[in-house]
Amino acid sequence: MSGPGSNSGAPRPEPILSVRGLKVYFPIITGGLIRTTVPLKAVDEVSFDLYPGETLGVVGESGCGKSTLGRGILQLLEPSGGSVVWLGNHIEGLPAAEMKHYRKEMQIIFQDPLASLNPRMTIGDIIAEPLTVHFPELSVEERKQKVREIMEQVGLLPLMINRYPHEFSGGQCQRIGVARAMILKPKLIVCDEPVSALDVSIQAQIVNLIKGLQDTFGLSLIFISHDLSIVRHISHRIMVLYLGNTVEVADRESLYKNPKHPYTKALISAVPLPDPELEKSKKRLVLYGDLPSPLSPPSGCVFRTRCPLAQDICAAEKPEMTQVGDTHQVACHFWDHDI
Amino acid sequence: MLLDIQHLTTSFDTPEGEVCAVNDVSLQIDPGQCLGVVGESGSGKTQVFMSMMGLLAKNGKSEGAVYFEGRQILGLETSELNQLRGVELSMIFQDPMTSLNPYLRISRQMTEVLMEHRGTSHKQAIATSIEMLNLVGIPEAEKRFRMYPHEFSGGMRQRAMIAMALLCEPKLLIADEPTTALDVTVQAQILELIAGLGKKMNMATVLITHDLGVIAGLSDRVAVMYGGRVVEEASVIELFKSPQHPYSKGLLESMPRLDTSSEVALHAIAGQPPDLQALPAGCSFEPRCIYAFERCRREIPDLRASGENRVKACHLEKIP
Repeated sequence: MSGPGSNSGAPRPEPILSVRGLKVYFPIITGGLIRTTVPLKAVDEVSFDLYPGETLGVVGESGCGKSTLGRGILQLLEPSGGSVVWLGNHIEGLPAAEMKHYRKEMQIIFQDPLASLNPRMTIGDIIAEPLTVHFPELSVEERKQKVREIMEQVGLLPLMINRYPHEFSGGQCQRIGVARAMILKPKLIVCDEPVSALDVSIQAQIVNLIKGLQDTFGLSLIFISHDLSIVRHISHRIMVLYLGNTVEVADRESLYKNPKHPYTKALISAVPLPDPELEKSKKRLVLYGDLPSPLSPPSGCVFRTRCPLAQDICAAEKPEMTQVGDTHQVACHFWDHDI
Repeated sequence: MLLDIQHLTTSFDTPEGEVCAVNDVSLQIDPGQCLGVVGESGSGKTQVFMSMMGLLAKNGKSEGAVYFEGRQILGLETSELNQLRGVELSMIFQDPMTSLNPYLRISRQMTEVLMEHRGTSHKQAIATSIEMLNLVGIPEAEKRFRMYPHEFSGGMRQRAMIAMALLCEPKLLIADEPTTALDVTVQAQILELIAGLGKKMNMATVLITHDLGVIAGLSDRVAVMYGGRVVEEASVIELFKSPQHPYSKGLLESMPRLDTSSEVALHAIAGQPPDLQALPAGCSFEPRCIYAFERCRREIPDLRASGENRVKACHLEKIP
């Protein structure tokens, strides 16, 4: 499929979503006698554009802020700064009543398929709930009809409409989650680790389903995952986060073939390949140490404490996002150095 | 041969009736070898080794035999098992937080192992434990040694678990999804550690995982489990090069991988994993198998040779 992420040379359409300098901070109260509030910078100055029909993959390890970013975009968490522009309208910090107008166009799929479904509702009611909220004028029969249609589209038998979530396997529950997100025919779906709780053979089913729906409806997707192989499979462009900061953004081919940031290089080389000869012989760039605490991130470049290339300048100066190719940006002082 | 599991069958008594989690499983491991056991949730891969270690839930029971260095250990009394567990046989689990005692310092949990099993003096136990923490790559081991598990990051907890499992230099380490809860960069560290220590101490390893990539890097042989049975067993090279069971083949094809073109659609295996309470009369993979024919619905396939030094349980002569 040739999505908008491929380098066709044609002028790009207007972005559907523009995020500029988005910050999501959580106030953390510390100290015993003298209480002080320290901001935990979960997402710090993240910017990107998302085009119609495009999938932006967001990768990073746990605690890098990728889920918080998704929630900050959808205004499920109020951003501490920056702007989120949806089809020309600023939506950051909108009151819930006004935001409701935009919510039908942007939906979310969660990681834990069973926990994100109310166990006391039938799946018919779960899938219909967005309709109940946004289109209360629909009759019960019209609503049921729409639910049946969408169930068929996500590969669930419409006759299961009166069953409860516990009667379904993990993969089927995730299909229910996809159906609930799709029923309003949104323009954007944020997929927050949608397959990481599923078995390998089922993961592929859900990835194919989401991809198929995207082709059919021209959806834009933000696909959040820690799994680099899956992200590569579904995304047109990929953004790599580390400790709340964007370290690299590139189209899929450049990112995997020609990663520039040492962190991206380490991430890619850490993915085990299902090929014993390659896997046992390949040179691996192993990172030492752990993620620093986000409460006291390193000065300058946040990655410098684990970076094999780090020098004095990395502690002193935060690297700017640098354009290193048509669709390739990296934030590193030494992006053109080999490791 | 270090470990020889013969016709192990494990079942659980549940209110809904008896559930057979492991069905006639036989596996062998030589000293120093690494056996990978792959399967999805509910395939019985963990229960095989829980049975052997005497760690089954109360409603579980096993039949068959497990020989460790020639001695039958299945169903031994707890007191006898305790002379083996943690000494000759060690196990590490998926979630290091729930397998460490949150109330006790790492120091206490580590020295206890040595003092209990080896009768080491407290002083000596402390020295050995700190040395082991250094070996598994925990920075500032002397300081960390006195900490509680919650003060450790996920990767460090898993390192501490490994250190604890290796204190008595076991002959066999059973690693049950040791990296599933960890990030990829930490996973790479832990896998490198297990591989390195295995070689250094000439320790055999059983690596239980659902991740074929992890298996590829570490194992010598692989057993693929489905619905409580071993459906294919082969050397790691052979299995990845030419899987002979439709399930192994499907599993390999359904994995997105970094070393092939990203334009290829993923070949998902249709359907759901089997319900152990309502297994089909024939092959348990038959409802999802694209090659299934009439005999598969009727008859459970036995394990049989499918090449030199490899077996599979499938009626199909060869995958077309």
